[in-house]
Amino acid sequence: MSAPDKPKIRVAGLTKRFVGTTAVEGATFDIARGEIFGLVGPDGAGKTTVMRMLAGVMRPDAGSIEIDDVDVVADPEQAKLHLSYMPQRFGLYEDLTVDENIRFYADLFEVPRKLRDERTGPLLAASNMEAFRRRLAGQLSGGMKQKLGLICSLIHTPQVLLLDEPTTGVDPVSRRDFWRILYSLRESGVTILISTAYLDEAERCTRLALFHEGRLRYCDTPKRLKALMPGTLLAITSTAARDLHKALLGRDGVMSVMLVGDGVHAVVDDADRRVPELSAALDAGKIPHGELVRVTPSIEDLFVGLLKDEHAS
Amino acid sequence: MRLGRIRAMAVKEMLQVWRDPRSLMIALLMPVMQMALLGYGVNLDAKHIPVCTFDREGSQFSEALLKRFKSTAYFAVVETVDNYRALTAAVDGGDCRIAIVVPPDFSKRLSDSGASSVQAIIDATDDNSANLALGYAQSVVSGFSADIAVQRAGMQGQWMAAPAALSLESRVWFNEDLVSRNFIIPGVVAMVMALVGSQLTSLTISREWERGTMELLVSTPVTPMEVMLGKLLPYFAIGFFDAALCLAFAVFWFDVPFRGTVFTLFFTTALFLIVVLGLGYLISVTVRSQVGASQIALLVTMLPTALLSGYTFPIDQMPALIRAVTYLVHARYYVTILKAVFLKGEGVVELAEPILAMTIYAALVAVLAARAFRKRLE
Ligand SMILES: Nc1ncnc2c1ncn2[C@@H]1O[C@H](COP(=O)(O)OP(=O)(O)OP(=O)(O)O)[C@@H](O)[C@H]1O
Ligand SMILES: [Mg+2]
Repeated sequence: MSAPDKPKIRVAGLTKRFVGTTAVEGATFDIARGEIFGLVGPDGAGKTTVMRMLAGVMRPDAGSIEIDDVDVVADPEQAKLHLSYMPQRFGLYEDLTVDENIRFYADLFEVPRKLRDERTGPLLAASNMEAFRRRLAGQLSGGMKQKLGLICSLIHTPQVLLLDEPTTGVDPVSRRDFWRILYSLRESGVTILISTAYLDEAERCTRLALFHEGRLRYCDTPKRLKALMPGTLLAITSTAARDLHKALLGRDGVMSVMLVGDGVHAVVDDADRRVPELSAALDAGKIPHGELVRVTPSIEDLFVGLLKDEHAS
Repeated sequence: MRLGRIRAMAVKEMLQVWRDPRSLMIALLMPVMQMALLGYGVNLDAKHIPVCTFDREGSQFSEALLKRFKSTAYFAVVETVDNYRALTAAVDGGDCRIAIVVPPDFSKRLSDSGASSVQAIIDATDDNSANLALGYAQSVVSGFSADIAVQRAGMQGQWMAAPAALSLESRVWFNEDLVSRNFIIPGVVAMVMALVGSQLTSLTISREWERGTMELLVSTPVTPMEVMLGKLLPYFAIGFFDAALCLAFAVFWFDVPFRGTVFTLFFTTALFLIVVLGLGYLISVTVRSQVGASQIALLVTMLPTALLSGYTFPIDQMPALIRAVTYLVHARYYVTILKAVFLKGEGVVELAEPILAMTIYAALVAVLAARAFRKRLE
């Protein structure tokens, strides 16, 4: 056992290059025991590549990974005994039933039969899946598939859990089940690394690592990250979003404008002052628009805000 | 290496084969189909050709001759008549393909001049089968007495007059064909097993890549050796079943004489299975798509086995350079062994050389296969 102050996972200078791209470059971070550490970033940021290297299924080109005292780069097989990895793409056997999948992974981790049966029940119950034990995994809903993946990765009680976008495309009920399990795991001291595309999930993490184009840009608690973002985010719906975008761009006090689905998101320096100002200006310019609503930034907004800031400086 | 993990892999693989129509087809249907296809491809002999007999003499000799037609598998005596009209009707109506008429002076001429003749009347609408039937009839008669020259007479219309005497050449041709079937069928078994064996395992690793299950699998503590053994074990059982099926086919359907021991047969078959399954596995590890792996497996097993294993073309008649290449063809050893076990009844001791060669081959493939699989995504 390691000393309590020593990080559970230590990553330094982690780099992975593919032909034509550098997927991850010089990532350095520590994760303490019992953390739920979130990996966030746009598509292609390098999240999956980081996960794979930590899981010992991909060899880094440079850098080091230590889990407790195990050097994952040099001895991945030793590390694999105590970790579970849930890939982004569903990795279980669709032509095997729920029970058969669980049994298979329990056997690969040499979980004694009695122990396996003791654990299977509560895990299935916690994820509301008892009724589907004999169903083929391929016939489960997306949410249930992911929960089955989690059950299989928990059957051997790992110390480290690596989850690559486990809740993408999962219904809200299953997501709630999922997170309930993660919290209880955290309480029992499991260290969790999770990548996610959802803001609410990112905010549940103890700390977040923001990746962009292979680089780790920010690493802090969600609260402090949000505080990093200057200004206030306004959401404005419009039937002429492009005109709206043009009209707002470069105006006094408008720090950034981003087109979203049904309008724009704009960051302003002082909302109290700018909201009446802008709405008057838009009315004058006869640009159709809805109310200017203050919203909490999403992870994407945070990104745009933070990354824009970084480019400016 | 942990037995528990090997067992888990094997059970999982078995379940997957059981639930995958494509694998199941390769495992159960392909050997039978190939065996029939290749077996009949070389087997020109027809069986149970319907024959009609007309014994105009009714002597001991003539009966003995006709009895031969009854006892051979080539003919089935469907009708015995006592006049030409009935004979004509039988041939015309298609009840029989050939009619044998023993003339009234058959025995007399045999004893007088040492030569006699029987009449064969053939429905020659199908040239090929007419020739074949004629050949068989001739062999039956020459089996009865080497001194008897067979003569045939025909009738007009759709019946055709056959040549008065059969040449020696055609007799040789016939005999040769009869022998070659026995020679070729054991080779067909080797060919089928080479194909089926490699097809079976060619899917096993590529399937994991294609379905995205590999990433999770390599993140577990399972070792490459356990993966290989666990995956090959079920296919070994299936392969053995298939081999038994093919061998039974050869013995009971194609009537190839089996003079060796079952032990030698199974021992060498097990060895050959290791080679072909290992080869398929090796391809599966290297090629990550199922279709690609299966096609490459087909390519590397079919052509060399068909051309260079000695299954159709005798190796000792090949040019020296090509003969040297045949030593690399795994089926070569199994073909040699099967032919010897079937036809000569040779055992493990007599076959030490090809068995040793196959053992080396198996060991080599096993080592390569065990090393080929890496628990890495790249
Ligand atoms: N096996 C590979 N071969 C070549 N390039 C790769 C490979 N894996 C990833 N990449 C590239 O590396 C970069 C990072 O990819 P990665 O999958 O790690 O991103 P990600 O953050 O997980 O993205 P997403 O949100 O889409 O899952 C991308 O540009 C990707 O195209
Ligand atoms: Mg990813």
